[in-house]
Amino acid sequence: MTEATTRPVTLPLTRERPFDPPDALGLWRDEDPIRPLAYPDGHQGWLVTGYAAARAILADPRFSTRIELLHTPLPQRAMQFRNTLRRPGFFLRLDPPDHTRYRRLLAGQFTVRRMKGLEPRIEEITRDHLDAMERAGAPTDLVQAFALPIPSLVICELLGVPYADREKFQRDSAVLLSLNSSVEQIEAAMKDLLDYLDDLVRRKRAEPDDDLVSGLATETDLTDEELAGVTTLLLIAGHETTANMLGLGTFALLRNPEQLAAVRDNPEAVDHAVEELLRYLTVIHIGPLRAALEDVEIDGRLIRAGESVTISVAAANRDPERFPEPDQLDVARPASGHLTFGHGIHQCLGQQLARTEMRIAYPALLRRFPGLRLAVPAEEIPMRTDMAIYGVHRLPVTW
Amino acid sequence: MKIIADSGRCIGAGMCVLALGEVFDQSEEDGTVVLLDPDPPASMAGAVRRAVQLCPSGALSLAEGDRADGESDT
Repeated sequence: MTEATTRPVTLPLTRERPFDPPDALGLWRDEDPIRPLAYPDGHQGWLVTGYAAARAILADPRFSTRIELLHTPLPQRAMQFRNTLRRPGFFLRLDPPDHTRYRRLLAGQFTVRRMKGLEPRIEEITRDHLDAMERAGAPTDLVQAFALPIPSLVICELLGVPYADREKFQRDSAVLLSLNSSVEQIEAAMKDLLDYLDDLVRRKRAEPDDDLVSGLATETDLTDEELAGVTTLLLIAGHETTANMLGLGTFALLRNPEQLAAVRDNPEAVDHAVEELLRYLTVIHIGPLRAALEDVEIDGRLIRAGESVTISVAAANRDPERFPEPDQLDVARPASGHLTFGHGIHQCLGQQLARTEMRIAYPALLRRFPGLRLAVPAEEIPMRTDMAIYGVHRLPVTW
Repeated sequence: MKIIADSGRCIGAGMCVLALGEVFDQSEEDGTVVLLDPDPPASMAGAVRRAVQLCPSGALSLAEGDRADGESDT
């Protein structure tokens, strides 16, 4: 358990190929799945790339997610960490029991059964967007015409946020997730979004509607500030993640025509395919991050209290010890158990919603446009290497 | 095999319901696990173990003396 055997590395962010995590992560995973990581602020912590270690740490209550304990592996993000993400209601960054309070209030709204109940409406929304694409004609940017608006509209309806205001929150959300935003830009976007949602929360309290924010406003003890924080988190998480899975997933399927055909032609293949696309593409391409609350020994490595751990779920999802031939996209494989939604008590609250949306949207798109193909060479698709959530900025397609 | 569900640890992720809806359900109130069948037939042993393994919060376990445990090796 010597800590000095391996030289500290810095987190690689440059990809050699659009669908694969940086090659260095895979090399390191195979030789040393928990290795020292040099953080830009001078801290020395750890980088975890192996599946078993990643899963163990994510489930271990001796590792905290509190923002004030974490160091970030991203040089541009240090100030944001200190100032912007410490907000009431950002329960993603709370440990129990504070986290438990929020999770309990929300989990009942995102159950498998409730998400199943949303299917008819999600199908309708999907159909409307496919109709609009057909009317407007090819070529089109699939991100703007399909991948972004569907989850955006779904989460708006669920929360009770007016979809007409989407330009505002989509703009703020893009600034918050860009790795190139300045501290000033991030703070301005966060203030703008919180002011907007604070206002919305007050309106829901005064005139409750049949939506999630109204329910939380009238039936829980959350303060306005906490509720605005919760809504911010759900709104961003609710559309950015699935939107990028739909865009990047379609790109990956278009590059793998046999896999695409299985998703298009065999309804029974869709559930497995969604899990495999989640595993293979891992749009959460940086992190998650944790900090040790006490000394913890894992796999012969001693992680000391206070040390930060960057868990690369993208690398862990390509661990050959867990997923044979991990670098192959194989929509028929049983890929459940992937770490794309995380693991442990912070595992994605909205994962069943995301699954429902993807299970409906991918096959509907591929069936409506059997001739769907890229409208530009694949090398010209702009990838979201500069965003906290990976994907495509645009996906020009024709049919 | 007997399933033990600790709803105090459950975070309502729904993985068990997704894996095996015949055995697991979620409370409408807070999304935590509800056992529809705490003692499922041996024919479901494999699926039950997968559901227990998928649980993100460690809320599910199998009772000691679980004979089905040995069956997975055969």
